[in-house]
Amino acid sequence: MTSVAEHAAEVRPRGLTVAWACSATAFLLVSLIAGVLVGPIDLGVGSVLESAGARLHAPGVTSSLSPTEEAILWEIRVPRVVLAALVGAMLAVAGATYQGVFRNPLADPYLLGVAAGAGLGATIAIAYLPDGLRGQRLLPIAAFVGGSIAVLLTYAVGRSARRERDAATLVLAGVTVTAFFTAWQTFVQQQNSETLQEVYSWILGNIPSSGWSDVVVVLPYIAVATVVILALRRVVDVLNLGDDEAASLGVDVRRVRLALVVAATLGTAAAVAVTGLIGFVGIIVPHTIRLLTGVGYRALLPLSVLVGAGFLVLADVVARTALAPAEIPLGVVTAFFGAPFFAVVLRTTRGGSP
Amino acid sequence: MHQTVASGSSPTAFPVTVVASNGKVTVVKRPTRIVSLSPTATETLFALGAGSQVVAVDDQSDHPRAAPRTSLSGFTPNVEAIAGYRPDLVVIAYDPKGLSEALGRLGITVLHQDGAKSFKGAYQQIRQLGLVTGREARAAKLIAGMKKRIGAIVADARRGRQGLSVYHELDPTLYSATSKTFIGQVYVSLGLKNIADAADSLGFGYPQLSSEYVVAASPDLIVLADTVCCGQKPSTVSARPGWDRVSAVRTGSIVRIHDSIASRWGPRLVDFYRAMASALARLRQ
Repeated sequence: MTSVAEHAAEVRPRGLTVAWACSATAFLLVSLIAGVLVGPIDLGVGSVLESAGARLHAPGVTSSLSPTEEAILWEIRVPRVVLAALVGAMLAVAGATYQGVFRNPLADPYLLGVAAGAGLGATIAIAYLPDGLRGQRLLPIAAFVGGSIAVLLTYAVGRSARRERDAATLVLAGVTVTAFFTAWQTFVQQQNSETLQEVYSWILGNIPSSGWSDVVVVLPYIAVATVVILALRRVVDVLNLGDDEAASLGVDVRRVRLALVVAATLGTAAAVAVTGLIGFVGIIVPHTIRLLTGVGYRALLPLSVLVGAGFLVLADVVARTALAPAEIPLGVVTAFFGAPFFAVVLRTTRGGSP
Repeated sequence: MHQTVASGSSPTAFPVTVVASNGKVTVVKRPTRIVSLSPTATETLFALGAGSQVVAVDDQSDHPRAAPRTSLSGFTPNVEAIAGYRPDLVVIAYDPKGLSEALGRLGITVLHQDGAKSFKGAYQQIRQLGLVTGREARAAKLIAGMKKRIGAIVADARRGRQGLSVYHELDPTLYSATSKTFIGQVYVSLGLKNIADAADSLGFGYPQLSSEYVVAASPDLIVLADTVCCGQKPSTVSARPGWDRVSAVRTGSIVRIHDSIASRWGPRLVDFYRAMASALARLRQ
């Protein structure tokens, strides 16, 4: 290879190969199938397939499941798998986006304060809203609003530093806002210690067995956010070169970065609002893909959507079956199994671009 | 466990020494300025007629209404604020960050009564509070009354339909309590099968159940101990996906219990038994 070619390879990172696209899609499909077939209640593979066939009006197929088992499969298990896939896709692609936009390998979807803000919103809802109002419906809205306000504040603080072209300033503003909102959340929680159990459950993060209602709530946000990010995926590679280089290539750095951050944040806030805080997905999934494939952002972002969805579906299978019929908090599973796995990936690969 | 200095209906002679969760505790004279940081102890003190001896209770002591509730916290206690009430006895259920030691250094007597793990332990705590407040006879009467009323309800339940199952809900994310726990022993005594037992392979006593499992187990009785904290009621339970198939939802056998009654081990244990008795009676009709 000539030095010119090497230089070109650096500037234009590897794109999406058919092999990796097929592998990621296959991983997601296997995860989805495992998610639907495996659960604390053994419905039987054949019966589940029959039931699915009957739902699809396949000729001559009738479900052998009892009405209760039908309800378990279609009202509890399948929507939970779908919700896990949506949230996993969102967290992974948001993490990858932040890593590209901020040129920071440690960036995760919670970098700009969305987790702390959502945590505060949820805690306030749990502590102060009257029982009748609160229910299941207002808590996600409060979390969403809290997360969005925190990120807005991060942006305001970052801008007021008058170094708006410096991504590092924004990250520092995010750290500041996170510290402030976390302190506030802890204070509210400590003043209302009867809410500890509920706040704790929320913060641990889990995919709720709430049927299709939560899927309907988060789907629009996650769909729009993912479409926006994927449409801008080539620009992320350019942004990753540095703000000055990107500007010299004709990219309106501020505007593109704002669009990407808003999309990643709103999608993450919607996901966090229904599932609480699920850590590690936004870091481990993009880095694993990068280390294994060495691709640039234009391939990494769509792969993150597929692998992130599959990873969280599998993690949720562990969460609801490892100690069945008891559950393990999903955030514990993602970190407990994700961290050693990632350590192995780090050791066995020589590392791509950060 | 305790050293009985007086007996029968004669007034307690001080000093008394009892053995509590913090070891031997000696109360030199009848206390008149008690601070209770334990909601269960607060209920017991008032049930014993020792309310006039109580000067302050913690922010969680919401029963009875007459209790002098303050902003004192039993979870994040402030030693100076407690000492500010000039107490001659402080009753706690939880001893965070060396609270009892700090109060001891100020010369304040501390009685630590940890969460009871059995009915026997709960009765013993009532007897102990009777002793240290000089109301031993009242305590004996209170315990006898509780035992009698609970005994009648248990005997009645044992005569009725057997093999019924129960699901005890601590919060809407389906945390439950097994037969090992204090509250779980109520269900054991009533002859109920607790669906959470199968989910506690690690033996912690408070597993989080899968929604799928609760629907499949289809308990005959659901007890909601999250009516106050989390606004749960029969309509929110029946609205959960798949739960309309659960036996208890179909028969309307959902017991609403005030969170605090279900999480304490004091005299209102009888109220919990009464709520269970009426739910079981309805189921049997």
